[in-house]
Amino acid sequence: MSNKYINILIPIIAVLLGLIAGAIIMLISGYNPIAGYAALWNGAFGQTFYIGETLRQATPYIFAGLAVAFAFRTGLFNIGVEGQLLVGWIASVWVGLAFDLPKIIHLPLAILAAMIAGALWGFVPGFLKARLRVHEVIVTIMMNYIALHVTNYLVRNVLSKQKDSTAHIHNSASLHSDFLQKITDFSTLHNGLYLAIIAAIIMWFLLEKTTKGFELRSVGFNQHASHYAGMNVNRNIVQSMVISGVFAGLAGAMEGLGTFGYAFLQPDFSGIGFDGIAVALLGGNTSIGVVIAALLFGALRVGSLNMPIEANVPNELVEIVIALIIFFVASSYIIKWAIGRFKREAK
Amino acid sequence: MRVEYVIEMLNIRKEFPGIVANDNITLQLKKGEIHALLGENGAGKSTLMNVLFGLYQPEKGEIRVNGKPVKITNPNIANELGIGMVHQHFMLVEKFTVTENIILGKEPKTAGAINIKKAEKEVREISEKYNLSVDPHAKISDISVGMQQRVEILKTLYRGADIIIFDEPTAVLTPQEITELIQIMKALIREGKSIILITHKLKEIMEVCDRVTVIRKGKGIDTLNVKDTNPNELANLMVGREVVFKTEKSEARPKENILEINNLVVNDARGVQAVKGLDLDVRAGEIVGIAGVDGNGQTELIEAITGLRKSESGSIKLNGKEIINQKPRKITESGVGHIPEDRHKHGLVLDFPIGENMVLQTYYQKPFSKGGILNFKEIYKKAKQLIGEFDVRTPSEFTLARSLSGGNQQKAIIGREIDRDPDFLIAAQPTRGLDVGAIEFIHKRLIDQRDKGKAVLLISFELEEILNVSDRIAVIYEGKIVSIVDPRTTSEQELGLLMAGANPEKEGETNNV
Repeated sequence: MSNKYINILIPIIAVLLGLIAGAIIMLISGYNPIAGYAALWNGAFGQTFYIGETLRQATPYIFAGLAVAFAFRTGLFNIGVEGQLLVGWIASVWVGLAFDLPKIIHLPLAILAAMIAGALWGFVPGFLKARLRVHEVIVTIMMNYIALHVTNYLVRNVLSKQKDSTAHIHNSASLHSDFLQKITDFSTLHNGLYLAIIAAIIMWFLLEKTTKGFELRSVGFNQHASHYAGMNVNRNIVQSMVISGVFAGLAGAMEGLGTFGYAFLQPDFSGIGFDGIAVALLGGNTSIGVVIAALLFGALRVGSLNMPIEANVPNELVEIVIALIIFFVASSYIIKWAIGRFKREAK
Repeated sequence: MRVEYVIEMLNIRKEFPGIVANDNITLQLKKGEIHALLGENGAGKSTLMNVLFGLYQPEKGEIRVNGKPVKITNPNIANELGIGMVHQHFMLVEKFTVTENIILGKEPKTAGAINIKKAEKEVREISEKYNLSVDPHAKISDISVGMQQRVEILKTLYRGADIIIFDEPTAVLTPQEITELIQIMKALIREGKSIILITHKLKEIMEVCDRVTVIRKGKGIDTLNVKDTNPNELANLMVGREVVFKTEKSEARPKENILEINNLVVNDARGVQAVKGLDLDVRAGEIVGIAGVDGNGQTELIEAITGLRKSESGSIKLNGKEIINQKPRKITESGVGHIPEDRHKHGLVLDFPIGENMVLQTYYQKPFSKGGILNFKEIYKKAKQLIGEFDVRTPSEFTLARSLSGGNQQKAIIGREIDRDPDFLIAAQPTRGLDVGAIEFIHKRLIDQRDKGKAVLLISFELEEILNVSDRIAVIYEGKIVSIVDPRTTSEQELGLLMAGANPEKEGETNNV
């Protein structure tokens, strides 16, 4: 019981420490931290428009976080969410451009394409790990670069004629939502939010309630005992990476079919996949935790845009604050230790 | 005149959230004695020793070293006070040499560089003084388990220990190595050292110890002179009730062959033949014990039968059907139960609740799941039933397997395997590291299975266990069954000879290595 309490307490303390450290840095650099954080808050939640933007930003974060968390819970470290996201993005846009179908077929088809692309990108490292024991971290990092350059090639040479971006997808493949836009003062919020919530529930259900999840978790904790108990360890490793890749591919679909509605040349990684690692860590690798952490990251990203405008705090400082939060989450061991120490002293 | 104690732990009390691990325990160690600390698994022996070693702080009580009260707040202080510990699980770096391991953390230095020559000389000197015959140049990964233990002993001596704690030192040793260890302990005493021996093997206590302190469920029960007591009394004190030593069992009534192994060949992890054309039958209604020195192909044999390792050639038939090189699940489903040798590696997913571990092989079957969806109500109902039936002591069925004591983890595995009611049950070292109470319980369960007409294969390095429980004994040597003997007519001596290849000259050879 007390352990559960501590597990919830740690990320909260980590976030607070990150904010405090950020305030100190703002003070040193000659900015008013109260004004800065007020601007951050207003920029994230101050108006319904901003709330809509925060939710929209949180949507791909939820998927990316779920992808990392799912792999992590099954004993794998998927650093390749970024690459799986990029191929998911391009696949969904491709299908969104190539066909002209009724929405009820076209949209699911585009989403499915993103899932398959992500799955394929996850399959490769999973297969190499299962067959040849190649470490998934190495392969997924490599796969990120392959994804970045392959998708850029496709944007320039296949999906457009030497342009920097593709055309806009057909409306029948779009996640665009009149309703969500209307209630959020015409933000870019789209139907992907619903999908993200459903995905979080699916992940929870799959891991906690099904025999497949039981196997995946068991293999993640102890391959030997799982093998002994008659589970197919190699197959489970591949499946785990594939499912993780599906979540990551869906994060790409959120950008391709929702936020942007097209694909463009990426000068560098989108960053969403890497932030997904932090989201999963902060959320304790649980569905509900990932959703909450994604909301926080969405708020930080969107709110930070308001800091230069309202409080003259440079954007880079927000990056530092986010980095500090990640730092404190990653060093949760220190917080755990401090809590233990504090408890002992109190006794 | 007061007796001289080198260590006194007076009225020690140590609490953990929810339990009192040590409740008013007193342990006094005289200079130059071997003092046994006897207790069941989870009785609080380790906690008490961790208090002495500075890993835990007691809530109450006093520790005195050579009559002076001391506060031991960390292991370094324990070291400085001359207390050393030989852990059950060795703390050695496999890739390092003996000398490197011994000096680790206390390297002799000349101008900032490690003086390995000086270190080797010192190691050799200590080794010769106590007749340990350890080669300072050997790599840890190349020497036997018994030798590794001697390195651990050397480590404490190198650090100047006068009081040495041995934590279940014989659990990992062969009978031959145990005899040698006893000689070493006696040599240490002659040189003025004092020893605390943590154990639950009564035979060892009777053989080497001067006095014994018994603890039970965290309470100090009594301290006795070994001369004035006997194994029966000690067992009763430890368990708190009458213990039956000689396992009661009726005559075996073996029927048809359940398992038939013919000319089986299995390679080990390095690709070297470990099982070399082995033949073995196990019949319904009998327990066949496999006696052998560790490393003669036992592990590979079990792994081949259970499908965990590929067999090269031969045949393994269960109820007349070939099962060689089938998938573990297929073999499990055809009626094989397996109590694995390494319960942490193979037996349990330690980070799962004990309840989920109870269905590790059956989770996909009804009633534990339906259409791929787990039915936790049924899973935990089964877990609760097995926990009750097999006396697994755990706060609840939702407790992580990791936080259970070794004996209770083992009882959980045995419960799970027996509950599936397999035609053929493999019990590999089922009682390793367990106390007499648990051993008695497990032996009874194995015999119950036999009496129900099941076939049981028992693999153990404890000859006493083999002799006690088996109906037939198959001696394994260099990957083959070299002879089958009747436990009623054989002796430990005869078995010992057979296990060594029934060639006295050969035994002499191994002694010199």
